[in-house]
Amino acid sequence: MKGSQILLESLRRAGVEVIFGYPGGQVLPIFDSLYDFDIKFILTRHEQGAAHAADGYARATGKVGVCLATSGPGATNLVTGIANAFMDSIPMVAITGQVGTHLIGNDAFQEADVTGITRPITKHNFLVKDVRDLSRTIAEAFYIASSGRPGPVLIDIPVDIQRAEADFAWPEDIRIRSYKPTYFGHPGQIKKAAKLVSQAKKPLIYAGGGVITSGASLALKELAERIQAPVTSTFMGLGCFPATHKLYLGMLGMHGTAYANHATMEADLIIAVGARFDDRVTGRLDHFAPYAKIIHVDIDPSSISKNVHVDIPIVGDAKNIISELCKEIKKVPDTILWLKTIDAWKKKHPLTYKSGGKMLKPQFILEELWKLTKGDAIICTEVGQSQMWACQWYKHLTPRTWISSGGLGTMGFGFPAAMGAKMGVPGKEVFNIAGDGSIQMNIQELATCVANKINVKVLIFNNGFLGMVRQWQELFYKKRYSYTPITSPDFVKLAQSYGAVGMRVTKKEDVRKALQKTIKTDNTVFAEFIIEPEENVWPMVPTGQAINNMIDGLA
Amino acid sequence: MRHTISLLVENKFGVLARISGLFSARGYNIASLAVSETLDPTISYMTIVVEAQDEKILEQINKQLNKLVDVITVTDFTKKEHIDRELVLAKINYLPKDKDRLEMIFSKYVGKIIHYTEKIAIIEAVGNGAQIKSLLEELQSFGIVELVRTGKLAISN
Ligand SMILES: Cc1ncc(C[n+]2csc(CCOP(=O)(O)OP(=O)(O)O)c2C)c(N)n1
Repeated sequence: MKGSQILLESLRRAGVEVIFGYPGGQVLPIFDSLYDFDIKFILTRHEQGAAHAADGYARATGKVGVCLATSGPGATNLVTGIANAFMDSIPMVAITGQVGTHLIGNDAFQEADVTGITRPITKHNFLVKDVRDLSRTIAEAFYIASSGRPGPVLIDIPVDIQRAEADFAWPEDIRIRSYKPTYFGHPGQIKKAAKLVSQAKKPLIYAGGGVITSGASLALKELAERIQAPVTSTFMGLGCFPATHKLYLGMLGMHGTAYANHATMEADLIIAVGARFDDRVTGRLDHFAPYAKIIHVDIDPSSISKNVHVDIPIVGDAKNIISELCKEIKKVPDTILWLKTIDAWKKKHPLTYKSGGKMLKPQFILEELWKLTKGDAIICTEVGQSQMWACQWYKHLTPRTWISSGGLGTMGFGFPAAMGAKMGVPGKEVFNIAGDGSIQMNIQELATCVANKINVKVLIFNNGFLGMVRQWQELFYKKRYSYTPITSPDFVKLAQSYGAVGMRVTKKEDVRKALQKTIKTDNTVFAEFIIEPEENVWPMVPTGQAINNMIDGLA
Repeated sequence: MRHTISLLVENKFGVLARISGLFSARGYNIASLAVSETLDPTISYMTIVVEAQDEKILEQINKQLNKLVDVITVTDFTKKEHIDRELVLAKINYLPKDKDRLEMIFSKYVGKIIHYTEKIAIIEAVGNGAQIKSLLEELQSFGIVELVRTGKLAISN
């Protein structure tokens, strides 16, 4: 078999259903083999789109997303997408063509040292120098990408390796002596944790993306209900615990709910599961959760005690550990008073916004979207205010229905990610909540959606600003709106010119109808909502403040 | 504080770049680095010496090192019993009349003169950090023309 065929056969063996990518000179042999190979290939309109689509596919399905690009500019165009997947621990395999082995290092045409460039933003990467190593390398790449704390793996394949011949052999069993993730928590640590839980008066569960990765949602719900502890979620954890549950507090941190932040600051025990105490969550570190002992469950030892001191670290898979912990807890704490305090906070500081003005409110649109979908949809987002409103005002119910760029905060992620999610879960309605700035960053993927009938529904919240930056300029830079007003094309006509459906909504009373029409339309839709231009995201914790020092401009 | 870290790693290209990248990304300078094959030629042994301004950052680097797919084990010798040695080669100014004085010095150290010319001697010496330091101080009186050192090697005891 030729290297290019070995590659495709290996991808099939690894369970790949779809590849997102773009051709070029140094992947010609691969594309020639793709021509009559039975695997779905989606030609995006930009390699960045391919990387984000693979990422969105992975988040929606839990499987490894795959993208493919040529050497040089093709490969560098993947870089943002790879970094994005790395920051959010998303399993992805990126395949790049490379100049022939004899030319590497010679500044050959379209040469870039992509393994060098991506070293700090991949979980691992490979340069294949012998065709006989190819299938093994691919098997290892999928294993590394999807096991332990997942992440992107890049495989760089020189064009002569794609052309070279070798026998095909698929390793059924992958063992890497230097890579052995820990899945089972230390029983002694779990016992100690159980004791702390029994002694707690004000326990709080702080759940992150790791809960979703490990499929620990049900176990977590069982634990929370058993010990009657309130649950707050990180941005990455949204959907890991049903937002309609009475123990749920919503998101914590910079744009979290006031009651989640108060609960964090008052708790005497925090059970952190698959979360990493990111600076957007902790705010001012030395003031964070002053009364709490901390139990930290994470599969990645380097996440533990990185930012905050942890009393009981438990390294391993969240699902295993939470189930074990639940079994180990003999005496359930009495939290009735604690839950009462929290209910009072919920009543006193609810999430709210000012309605009634002339302009459309983004929060209202999200409330309507929730009413129409009841959580049975995949919500993707771009980055900015619209993203934060989508965290706050849509009730995320189940894992893998919230797809948003957390760690890197990549504008331009949402639309291609939605495309990937729709490919992975065609039966679900997929929305992308977008700002007018972000949507213009990968708008070319409209062509991909239309050409492949990948019907995603894009709701553009048009405020005429790079809103989140404008909000900071308003609050901290004396309203000097330096280069944040932004113009847009006529999104309705633009959508139409691509063969998609466009619509524009300006009035409150038209929102529901427009959303209904958006859902019913059997095509990709760009629904533009002209919203209040200077609406802000509240509440907010200014950088460097303790998280109970929230400001909200609503009073 | 100075830390001596040893690593067993896969003997593959790219491994050293990954490891040094973890230090450089945090603005940490590697003071010395020694790499060689082990009895198993697919495994290399590395000894890294690094000055840590912040112990927490170093702890994070250690965890990140452990996380690298090609790293098999990481040992921070700082808090562990160990023996360390370094080999130095030095070219010093030397005249035949200095012979006795030089030999006196070397009687106190593990080392020897391995090569003479009219004006120059090349010496080798092995020792721990303190020994090498004091030897080099004594040799200063001759004038050290050139100096190369292996960097520290460490082994647990
Ligand atoms: C690629 C990229 N460039 C710049 C930024 C910085 N940034 C964060 S939010 C934001 C504004 C986003 O504006 P828009 O998409 O219109 O959304 P809005 O905040 O108005 O809802 C910018 C520029 C970013 N996150 N990503």
